[in-house]
Amino acid sequence: MSKPLRILYKIGSFFKSIPLAIWKFLKKIPFVILKLLRKATIPFITLKDALVYGDWKVRLSFLVCGFGEFTRKQVVRGVLVLLLQICFTVYFSVFGWKMLANLADLGYIASAEVPINTPPYTRNFYLDNSLLILLYSIVTIIFALIMIYLWYNSIRNSYVLYKNEQIGKEASDKEYLASYVGKKYQNILLSVPMVGLVLFTIIPMIFMILIGFTNYTSDRLTPIKLFDWVGLQTYANLFASKVSNSNLIIQSFLHVITWTLIWAFFATFTNYFLGMVVAMLINKKTIKLKKLWRTILVTTIAVPQFVSLLLISRMFDESYGVVNEILKSLGLIKKSIAFLSTFPITNIVIIVVNIWIGIPYTMLICTGILMNIPEDLYESAKIDGASPFKMYMKITLPYMLFITGPYLISQFVGNINNFNVIYLLSKGGPNFTFKPGVTVPTQLTGLGRSDLLITWIYKMTITNNPKDYASGSVMGICIFVIVAFLSLILYNRSSSVKNEEDFQ
Amino acid sequence: MKYKDSIYNPDFIRNSSHKKKHTRSMKAVSKIGTGATYIILVVISFIWLIPFVYLLLQSFAVKFEPEYFIPREFTFNNYVQLFTDTTYPFWKWYLNSFIIAVVTTVFQTILVLLTAYSLSRLRFKGRQAIMNLILILGMFPGFLGMICIYNILKLFCGGNEPSIFSIIIIYCANSAMSYYIAKGFFDTIPKSLDEAVRIDGGNNNTVFWKVIVPMSKPIIIYTILISFTTPWGDFMLASMLAGLKTSNWTVAVGLQTIINTIGNETKMFPFFCAGGVVVSIPIMALFFWLQKYYVEGIAGGAVKG
Repeated sequence: MSKPLRILYKIGSFFKSIPLAIWKFLKKIPFVILKLLRKATIPFITLKDALVYGDWKVRLSFLVCGFGEFTRKQVVRGVLVLLLQICFTVYFSVFGWKMLANLADLGYIASAEVPINTPPYTRNFYLDNSLLILLYSIVTIIFALIMIYLWYNSIRNSYVLYKNEQIGKEASDKEYLASYVGKKYQNILLSVPMVGLVLFTIIPMIFMILIGFTNYTSDRLTPIKLFDWVGLQTYANLFASKVSNSNLIIQSFLHVITWTLIWAFFATFTNYFLGMVVAMLINKKTIKLKKLWRTILVTTIAVPQFVSLLLISRMFDESYGVVNEILKSLGLIKKSIAFLSTFPITNIVIIVVNIWIGIPYTMLICTGILMNIPEDLYESAKIDGASPFKMYMKITLPYMLFITGPYLISQFVGNINNFNVIYLLSKGGPNFTFKPGVTVPTQLTGLGRSDLLITWIYKMTITNNPKDYASGSVMGICIFVIVAFLSLILYNRSSSVKNEEDFQ
Repeated sequence: MKYKDSIYNPDFIRNSSHKKKHTRSMKAVSKIGTGATYIILVVISFIWLIPFVYLLLQSFAVKFEPEYFIPREFTFNNYVQLFTDTTYPFWKWYLNSFIIAVVTTVFQTILVLLTAYSLSRLRFKGRQAIMNLILILGMFPGFLGMICIYNILKLFCGGNEPSIFSIIIIYCANSAMSYYIAKGFFDTIPKSLDEAVRIDGGNNNTVFWKVIVPMSKPIIIYTILISFTTPWGDFMLASMLAGLKTSNWTVAVGLQTIINTIGNETKMFPFFCAGGVVVSIPIMALFFWLQKYYVEGIAGGAVKG
């Protein structure tokens, strides 16, 4: 079989294997569910055991968290849990339940005029705030889940202490605290990063996913106005042509998504291969001044991206760009080319500029690995009469792909969300033009032909007026679906991710 | 005649000129190859340096003229203007960026190393769960969550624009997400070293300080470098949190606004270039100083092997 045919065959068999993989995955689901269910029953059995076989101290710790612990000499642990329980009870009874009660309708009255005694005799009071109701509801639920876990943990521990007491084993605080330096050391190390992650990534993320099911826009900015649940209306507005006149949106969406994938593919692979070629050129034994060549390329990394990108966007400018002027003075063109505002040219220019940005990174990464390839492989290939190209295809490339596989995947995913290059170069332009007389949906305001999904979200939620947070959230979920799908496929096929422990 | 070119021809063997010719041609080819490589490298260097030369030259320009690559008249005033301009308080942005970058660097480095160490070295229940969670969180555009944080911060600031400290909090809080490279590097440190320390009576703490830290100088410096340059050059988040008050901007937001404000195209271009040069200086100095570690860190952490 010839080479192109073989590649085609490989691609074909890859796609042929997808249904089977999906079927295998589906077949696994019932077993996984069963396993999870079996796991989920364990806590209940423990609770039942503690209630039935435990003594009064264990039973009392169902109501007063940590009671069984501080009566059995684990004072610090018991008191900490009890304090947390008191905190939670106070928080929930004073504040949390109100928020949860309002969650279903996100508040009734935004503000009210209330008469007062001093001039101007009325004052505006803000009452319900949908944003805060939604936010605090999420916080309350997460707090409650943590509390339930701690409550269960404390009961289980009381029961264990009770059983230990019966066989004559003494418990103490010292042992418990010492475990945090030894076996439970990660709890201390990971506490701060995880709290940060929960507060500033997970809660906002849940919040934004939920926003996709509301009608939150900057026209309904709290605390002056309220927003409300609308179910799947936002999704329907974007993707169901029957509900609204959203054919335009679907067309533009398909364009953006195609361009996003094309961009990610080219941005990743042009950089990868060209960067490898440059690294190999510099690595050649006969080449001198290796350090100088590398340093020149590294300059691109050393200058902040926004400076170089803004500068290049100026250099390619239609009316003030130096590139056009130089081309004109050389007599190559007569009229200025609108490099960053004509449809296919802009996209090509962006990919080319990205090569300029990206090669140095790949070059740096490849340099070290290329030097690690065993020299005798090349020697024996030379003796067998292999051409340099063949040696590259049979030795260098497979070796590099094996080692840099995960890097390549993360680059691909990173490029799907590469905001800087697109926005700072072309701002997503040239804008879509629609036939006159067509009412353009607000979601498409400012959308251009070199926009990625991420810059589209940026435009929807930051630069447009009104800012459409709900649609932005829906688009964000689209990105998630694409990225998750791609990484699932790619990571499953990369061997160095699977065998994490191999290298230790 | 028949055996002219073969080894059966005694003349052919005696002369064996074909062999010499072959090696000579090989040498010629490799010489041409080297020459071509040099030419390619020079062209590449030229392409890669042009924008920076242009930036540097235009930063001294009296007036921006697109026709001239090298400005006709030179002045130092653009750099003075950086510190005196009242509509665009560049030095203020510079200070903001600097504070943000330094504080973020301190906290982020600590948090990244802690996370990477625990996920690489300690085996505990929920380790895989945390790694999967971070992987999945990384698939969401983090930018979405920022919108939420921005609106909430704004609410807590009573409707005013949040200050630069909110940016610092957000940069730091997300640092656990970028543990991968450091973890990849820690994974390559042999575990037998840990065991040796443990046999001597050391705990996890001693392992960290006696084994991991001394052996991972490249990755620590790499983390510091990345945590400094990322906020320094970040545009998306900073532009969202910046708001309308110019004194709250970072250099990225400021320079972007300067160049994209209509009417500034020619007037402010030298100012922008001067700003760009000043912004690049700290990063460039850091990079050329620590280039070795950057390469080692990225090669050891991003890529296992």
